[in-house]
Amino acid sequence: MTANANGKKPKFAMYWAASCGGCEIAVLNIHEKILDVDANFEVVFWPVAMDAKYKDVEAMEDGSILLTLFNGGIRNDENEHLARLLRRKSRLLVAFGSCACEGCIPGLANLSPVGEIVQTAFNTISTDNPHEIYPRTSFDVPEGELHIPKLEKVLRPLDQVVDVDYYMPGCPPESHQIAAVIELVIKVIRGEAELPPKGTVIGAGSSTVCDECPRDRNVKLIKAFKRIQDIAPVDPTLCILEQGVPCNGPATRSGCNARCPQVGAQCIGCYGPAEGVMDYGARLITAFSSVIDANEPEEIEKILDGIPDPTGQVYRFNLAGSLLKAAKPAWEKS
Amino acid sequence: MTENKKFEPTIIGFTCNWCSYRAADLAGTARMKYAPNVRLIRMMCSGRLDPTFVLRALSGGADGVMITGCHPGECHYMEQNYKALRRFLLLRRVLQGMGIEPERVKLVWASAAEGARFASETTLFVEEIRKLGPLDWGKPVELENLQEEISKSEEVPA
Repeated sequence: MTANANGKKPKFAMYWAASCGGCEIAVLNIHEKILDVDANFEVVFWPVAMDAKYKDVEAMEDGSILLTLFNGGIRNDENEHLARLLRRKSRLLVAFGSCACEGCIPGLANLSPVGEIVQTAFNTISTDNPHEIYPRTSFDVPEGELHIPKLEKVLRPLDQVVDVDYYMPGCPPESHQIAAVIELVIKVIRGEAELPPKGTVIGAGSSTVCDECPRDRNVKLIKAFKRIQDIAPVDPTLCILEQGVPCNGPATRSGCNARCPQVGAQCIGCYGPAEGVMDYGARLITAFSSVIDANEPEEIEKILDGIPDPTGQVYRFNLAGSLLKAAKPAWEKS
Repeated sequence: MTENKKFEPTIIGFTCNWCSYRAADLAGTARMKYAPNVRLIRMMCSGRLDPTFVLRALSGGADGVMITGCHPGECHYMEQNYKALRRFLLLRRVLQGMGIEPERVKLVWASAAEGARFASETTLFVEEIRKLGPLDWGKPVELENLQEEISKSEEVPA
């Protein structure tokens, strides 16, 4: 990592695939630390912040970019092309943010076949499309043939497509965590620190959100699950799960300082699975089941009716990264 | 479906050490006949059953999963089988959302004396799964092939 030896700054890239852009905003939210990025790195590719062409990246030498933060999941062939390209060009590829790590909200589309997704987007009551025009992947114009990216069957997290060096979870990652990671990389460049082992989850804790949550916890026994808008007021000091609201804290990785529970909202799980959790949803199923105060099947079913969308509840951010990855209709039809 | 006649379901069965595993043992020593499709995994208690095990089995090629334990009220560890029951009921709902027939996961209570019940329930379950057909999970992304391709074609300079 003696990139400074020849007087040139190491190269930095950031790319967005299927994502919302919130990760880029989180990076800018590190405030004056962004100047450290500029002082220590040469930003070679960052479509949201500067003009760059894919062919410029293609022309770069393999492995010439030191650090690439890749946010967004792989939803179409353009995403996939860029993931492979940036993998080739980068020495350190970081799956940045929940989408790249585990699919996030765009990953919930893995519950539906592609045809249905397109239908919903282009021809439902919220869309004004009287001529039923659907996107085509290629179109002839006088100047030649135009292409738009083709949707793939399912959304895949980055590590299902290419080899990933580090994971940085969060939707988006907390800015103080981003700042800490950037600081670390700068120290590594200067030879003042070592990189963590490959595959490490960086910029987050290893425990659960519950561990960071200041709310009081007792033995939880729940007779009914409720939605947060249906309990008023939310007790300001008592565990939210104990109040009957399905809170995803028990399975979710720490690192956000329990932001949502601190302000009276349940954890929705954006930091992904805690250390050692193989399947996020399974861990939540266990957590929710253990608090139900009933032993008779009929009564248990009745309590479970209080979770209207169990699959969405336990896999809100993690569906594409779960063991099953996608619902059967999504990969069967398309 | 004629092809399903040849289809032999792969079933993963989770048994508890104190009741259902002994029931399976009894069925064996008594030479009862039952469908050979089930691969049993012994745990200390059905309460040990992490839903991850079930998801791992289904995503890894199993067509059905049978969870067995002591009858309610007879758990060796007081009431862990109730925990298994609750997990099972919630897991079934989640699986349904993933487009998996909830019947592919079954919960059976069997005491150590119920070898015959264990055998008949297993056979019944195998026939139910046979009717449902293969699950064939793992198609979504064909991750393994893909990873091989990547490592072949895109060696990253160290």
